[in-house]
This record gives sequence, structure tokens and C-alpha cells, in this order.
Amino acid sequence: MHRTGELYGHFETLEQQKETATLGMWIFLVTEVLFFGGLFLTYTINRHAFSTAFGIGSNTLDIKLGGGNTVVLILSSLTMAMAVWSAQVGKKRLVSIFLIATLGLGTVFLGVKVIEYKQKFDHHLIPGRSFDMKYHPSHPMAGDDLNELALEKEEVEKAFALDPDINAHGQLYFSLYFGMTGLHALHMIVGAGLLIWLIKGSFRGRFTPQYNTPVEIVGLYWHFVDIVWIYLFPLLYLIDRHR
Amino acid sequence: MSEHIVSPKVYGIIFLTLMLGTGITVWAAFQNFGQFNIVIALAIATLKATLVVLYFMHARYSPKRTQLVIVCSVFWLAIMLALTLADYNTRPHEGRWAPADTCYRV
Repeated sequence: MHRTGELYGHFETLEQQKETATLGMWIFLVTEVLFFGGLFLTYTINRHAFSTAFGIGSNTLDIKLGGGNTVVLILSSLTMAMAVWSAQVGKKRLVSIFLIATLGLGTVFLGVKVIEYKQKFDHHLIPGRSFDMKYHPSHPMAGDDLNELALEKEEVEKAFALDPDINAHGQLYFSLYFGMTGLHALHMIVGAGLLIWLIKGSFRGRFTPQYNTPVEIVGLYWHFVDIVWIYLFPLLYLIDRHR
Repeated sequence: MSEHIVSPKVYGIIFLTLMLGTGITVWAAFQNFGQFNIVIALAIATLKATLVVLYFMHARYSPKRTQLVIVCSVFWLAIMLALTLADYNTRPHEGRWAPADTCYRV
């Protein structure tokens, strides 16, 4: 394909090329909105039908880890936005620094997610044969807050009296929890790959005030993933905290 | 039409507003507002998402055709949610959903 510097032959100016790329990214993000929208719809219908089980399931999540991760992810959106700004004003070193910071924060987010998933395995809360919402409250582990756990035990027992199939309905909650956070994490992993590609480019000084389209459109993707989490956090972690 | 550069100061203010929103979301979740808990949580999340789209994603400074695409996505999402939920909520559910007493409003 004919190409002059960063300008491809079928565009007249870099600005036109950038607007086209940005529009293309937004159209992709529209399909992503509808993709995640379907998951949120499934969540809404099941939460409405099985609100007891969803409330209990939600309360087993660690609000400190989830809330902390929300802060980490929004901070990574800020560093990503700052990377775009650095490229626009031609501070090449800052572009690399902010992109590396974004990648670092994204990695912290995924690391915390690993800790959370591991906890769910330990607590028998993975959908499948050994799923049991009664298991963790009666098997305290090192580092558990016993008062919190006693509260959880009481809550689970009350819920069992109300909904004898709560282990089935609880699995529905955790299937959605792992499905939605898992797909979100997959998007983060793809984003981390894109960031590594950008960081390599920024080391070569590729991004300038004239040409910074890749930073801009990866930024759009990264902020979109942030928005998905902005909805996931209250919907998964904060269903029934006011007990 | 030249490119609009959003200043770090604006990014900083948006970031602090998002942090504040996160704090209010967590605080509100521990209060009992009855069935309004979910409304409050979603309202704050939507406000936060709007700020991200307008400033971090530069939608406010984008060409009109990009803005049209963004509005369309929200519109299509609304169609999907509204029509599917309207369908679910107007069907009889005997035997397929949990009996009424296993549900309570959160």
C-alpha cells in the first residue's frame, strides 16, 4: 500500500486519517456495548428472579479488593489520558512513562483479580459439584474476620429457609460473576498487549503532535473497559450491603 | 478543524470527580434506601461513565458524526434492555421462575 511516513495513500491528511480511525474504533466499541449489554441484561433478569441468592453471593465478595481495584482502574484511565496528552504536546519521554504506568496499574488490577478468584476457590464458591454457600461460614480460614463470618452464617441460614434451592441460584450468580469479570479481565489482557505495542513504539519516538492515532484509539478502548468496570463494581459487589 | 487538546487540569478534575463518585457509591450501598439503592448506584455509575466518555474519550470535542455513533450505541442498548425486560415482566412465570416468596426486593 502506498504510504508517506505515517500517512496512507487513501487519505488526504493525517487529520482525516485520525478521524477515520477514531470513528472506526467507536463503531467497534458500539458492538462491545451491545455485547456487554447482553450480559448485563441476563444479570438483571436473574437478579430480579433470585434476589436472595444474588444478595448473599454479592456479600461474599471482598469490598476492599473490589473498591481498591476500582480506584486502580480509574487511575489507569487517568494515566492513559495523560499519555494521549503527552503525545499531543510532543513530550516523548512522558508518553513512555504514562503508558508504562497504565500497563503497571492494569497489571495490578489483574493481580488483585487473581487473589479474588483464588479466594472463591478456597471458599467452595466456584459453580460446579462442590459449590456450597454454607461451606465458608462454617470453615473459617486464616485471616477471616470472625464477626463478619458469623453474620454471613446467619444470613446464609436465613436465606436457606427462604429459598431451599439457594445453592442452585447462587451458582447462577457466581456464573455471571465469573463470566462478566472474566470477560472484562480478558479485555484488560488484550489492552495490556496493545499497551506493550504502544510502549515499544513510544521508545522509538513514534508518537508526535502530528501523529498519535494509535495512542488515541487504544486510549478509547482502555477507557471503555474502565466504563464496563464502573458498572460491574456496584452491580456485583454492592447488591445487598445494607443488612 | 484543528484538534482540541484537553488539558491535564481537566483530566485531574474529572479523575477526582470519578473518585468522589466511587466513594459515594460505596457509602450509599451501606445505607438502606429500600428499592432506591439500585437506582442510586446506577445513576452514579451512569454519571461516571458519561464523564469518562465526554472527557477521557474526548467525545465532547469529537466531530458530530462520531457523537452520532455514540448516541446510537446508547439508543440501541436502550431498545435491547427495554423490549427484553418488557417481554419478561409481562409473561406469566409459573413453574419456571422461583415462587414469589423466595424473592425479596433488594
